[in-house]
Amino acid sequence: MKPTEITDPAYFHKVVDCQWACPAHTPVPEYIRLIAAGRYSDAYMINWKSNVFPGILGRTCDRPCEPACRRGRVEEEPVAICRLKRVAADYKSDVRGLMPQPGKKNGKRIACIGAGPASLTVARDLAPLGYEVTVFDQDPKAGGFMRTQIPKFRLPETVIDEEVGYVLDLGVTFRHKRIDSLKAILDEGYDAVFVGTGAPRGRDLDVPGRQEAAANIHIGIDWLSSVSFGHIDKIGKRVVVLGGGNTAMDCCRSSRRLGGEEVKVVVRSGFEEMKASPWEKEDAMHEGIPIMNYLVPKAFNHADGRLTGVVFEKVKAVRDAKGRRDLVATGEPDVVIACDDVLMAVGQENAFPWIEKDIGIAFDHWGMPVVDPVTYQSTVKGLFFGGDAAFGPKNIITAVAHGHEAAVSIDKMLRDEDIEQRPSPLTNLVSQKMGIHEWSYDNAVANDLRYKVPLKDAEIALKDIRTEVELGFDLKLGFAEAQRCLNCDAQTVFTDKLCIECDACVDICPMDCITFTTNGEEGELRHRLNAPAPNTSQDLYVSGPLKTHRVMVKDEDVCLHCGLCAERCPTGAWDMQKFYLEMTHAGPSCRSRA
Amino acid sequence: MTYLPKPKFHHPDIETNSLGFSHRDYEGPISTLCAGCGHDSISGAIIKACFELAIEPHRVAKLSGIGCSSKTPTYFLGQSHGFNTVHGRMPSVLTGANMANRELLYLGVSGDGDSASIGFGQFAHAIRRGVNMVYIVENNGVYGLTKGQFSATSDKGSKSKKGVANTDSPIDLVAMALQLGATFVARSFSGDKGQLVPLIKAAIEHKGAAFIDCISPCVAFNNHDGSTKSFDYVRAHNAALNTLDFITGQAPITADYAPGTVEEVKLHDGSTIKLHKLAADHDVRDRGAAINALHRVQSRGEIATGLIFLDDEPDDLHANLNTVLRPLNRLNDADLVPGSAALDKINAGLR
Repeated sequence: MKPTEITDPAYFHKVVDCQWACPAHTPVPEYIRLIAAGRYSDAYMINWKSNVFPGILGRTCDRPCEPACRRGRVEEEPVAICRLKRVAADYKSDVRGLMPQPGKKNGKRIACIGAGPASLTVARDLAPLGYEVTVFDQDPKAGGFMRTQIPKFRLPETVIDEEVGYVLDLGVTFRHKRIDSLKAILDEGYDAVFVGTGAPRGRDLDVPGRQEAAANIHIGIDWLSSVSFGHIDKIGKRVVVLGGGNTAMDCCRSSRRLGGEEVKVVVRSGFEEMKASPWEKEDAMHEGIPIMNYLVPKAFNHADGRLTGVVFEKVKAVRDAKGRRDLVATGEPDVVIACDDVLMAVGQENAFPWIEKDIGIAFDHWGMPVVDPVTYQSTVKGLFFGGDAAFGPKNIITAVAHGHEAAVSIDKMLRDEDIEQRPSPLTNLVSQKMGIHEWSYDNAVANDLRYKVPLKDAEIALKDIRTEVELGFDLKLGFAEAQRCLNCDAQTVFTDKLCIECDACVDICPMDCITFTTNGEEGELRHRLNAPAPNTSQDLYVSGPLKTHRVMVKDEDVCLHCGLCAERCPTGAWDMQKFYLEMTHAGPSCRSRA
Repeated sequence: MTYLPKPKFHHPDIETNSLGFSHRDYEGPISTLCAGCGHDSISGAIIKACFELAIEPHRVAKLSGIGCSSKTPTYFLGQSHGFNTVHGRMPSVLTGANMANRELLYLGVSGDGDSASIGFGQFAHAIRRGVNMVYIVENNGVYGLTKGQFSATSDKGSKSKKGVANTDSPIDLVAMALQLGATFVARSFSGDKGQLVPLIKAAIEHKGAAFIDCISPCVAFNNHDGSTKSFDYVRAHNAALNTLDFITGQAPITADYAPGTVEEVKLHDGSTIKLHKLAADHDVRDRGAAINALHRVQSRGEIATGLIFLDDEPDDLHANLNTVLRPLNRLNDADLVPGSAALDKINAGLR
């Protein structure tokens, strides 16, 4: 193998698994260390800069970082990264003084349609630069689906108000106005238009009885937003929720709080394949909601215009010759579940009835606008899409990431720069050595298992739909959980010309990550290291040739970043260096230096 | 020196031996020696050898004297018996322990000061008595604990860190061990585990006085230009007579060597030493030739390493003294006190 090119920002970025997995590339270990140090405001600001909604995401994020967390590979459970983010949000002091100020107006006007996370991110990035940003939404308050879809027992209104407020305080104009024509907006002469309208249409099920029993059959996301606005405050005693995603989980848990006593979630597929995050399924089951699998809705039973139950066909998963999974009927008798109300959470779709077909936007064959995955520009110059509106339903953090990139495109475009030329991230790599065996980070590895977030007593929690269920970590638990972080950003940097091949690092490494051996091809090398390195998604760090013509090979996979290799190194060939990577957002640093 | 305990986490696919132990189970507390010390590598090699041989840690007694080297038994085999003796007196204490309980595996760990200076006589007598043991000298040619004076194994002309040349002749412990009748004699280098680990394994299986002189650079005081025990010097002047694979039982032989260069030595416990001969004319079973080879390599300014001499039918002290097979410490009054009737009989025979 060739010596590893550690100057490539992507190399060490990949080692910080959580940051690499985060769509917005939040510097996770850095803010976790700040939490451990009690610097909650600083931890919050790192998050705020990167993901705009730390308090909201600290409660609701899809957490792509956690399955990626190295801790999950060396122990059992990843660090509770998401809930640590909430610790930063809960215990920060007044951070308004740390936020940017509205910029001096530069005369450019930007319209953002939809006031969800994508649009608000665009607004947050551009307003301090002097852009005049107007955000339109059909609802009276900004926040989009974060406000209307996520039940208040998971995300209190105060948190949304606070974090949406930080964005609007940057001089962003919010207008409560439903946009019915994109052409009309384009004609208003904005310098750029960003569409962040989400995926607002809940899928329906066309099965017998649907029309007749319509009064008791609700589309999940519409029902959730009616609940959110207080238009709906009760539901029947027996509720069936159809669907296996996070919306279904929100529907069933909301039902439990609005009078639903027998609430059941019924899913076509198996439990493991459900789209809902494992922790959301857990939370639902914790509230006494059974999840029933392999049942496909066949008909709605009704009498006198009232729903009486749902008929399900029993299916099983069968793999065909190509390994594709298929659900086929088992032939067993149908299952009838009696109920008073049905909530359908079987998927969301984009819907752009307000976009005229003749204004030059190309649509793909699913009726989705064609959007560049790098610049987020549509086929119309100056018209950008982001969030669920761009590539279908994902999650908040993805919408934020889209917003940052679209803001970069808008800023560059309005300065007559090529928006295809993307800025590289800002990186920094600096030694953490403080003494012979002292580092500026706490390199002792905590053996603690993942801490559970304390919950409000279920009886109290189920009484009021606005009572937040999770209490969040207190400071003590937050510190203990933060100490579980392995500081993967403290990189093991190897300088081959300093190495005397004394083997000290090999002997001390608790994970047998380091091998000195003759070089070879990667596939073959992976099998003759001190410990096998079968996880090819994790790189091998290979040095240049050493004095004995061997090379140092380090498997990054399960390195604890404990720094013992560097502590035991007599020549400083190993050093622990903090890798800090920050994405370049809109502003002077995203522009070309020419 | 590191203050942190070594993290308890280990590789998820860590290998275990037939006892269900991983190599981590053969470790001790974290070393307090200087970072990069050759001795720590030797500890690592001992851990690897014991792990690979699936030795039960509680069947090992590790004994040492005084010095950096003699601190090391703390850092390996944390579950074994240990005795940190008086300076230079490890061989006598080991001999006594071996006499009392012949069933343990005795691992004597010493240094060039402990064995070639203050304990030179002790070293000599334990070897010449043929005590069944593995005697490892971690030889760095310097008094590290007292900041770098020449030791008795420093080569003549070798320079101290300050640049002063040594004027005394060195003691070659390998030559001494050959002279004194050791039945397994080897030299190796802390920076070459590929050679050292099989040597330690073979020495452990050897039922007699096994001696390994292991050159172990002192990174603090003897790893500079002008030193003859530095990493660079030893690597540049290492004349390996052979390398070996130590094979227990019927394990498949995987190493692939040129024909005619491999010699198999079967040991009485069924294991095999597969010697890969680098110096074609070196016969490991000829003590006189071994001494000659040693001098020949030395006169070229090189360091002979590898298995230098092996007597595969060794005698040990217990055999020489014709002791009972049961460990002496387990003989009880009934075994040792014949009773008054027997005494009367003896007395009667003398009347």
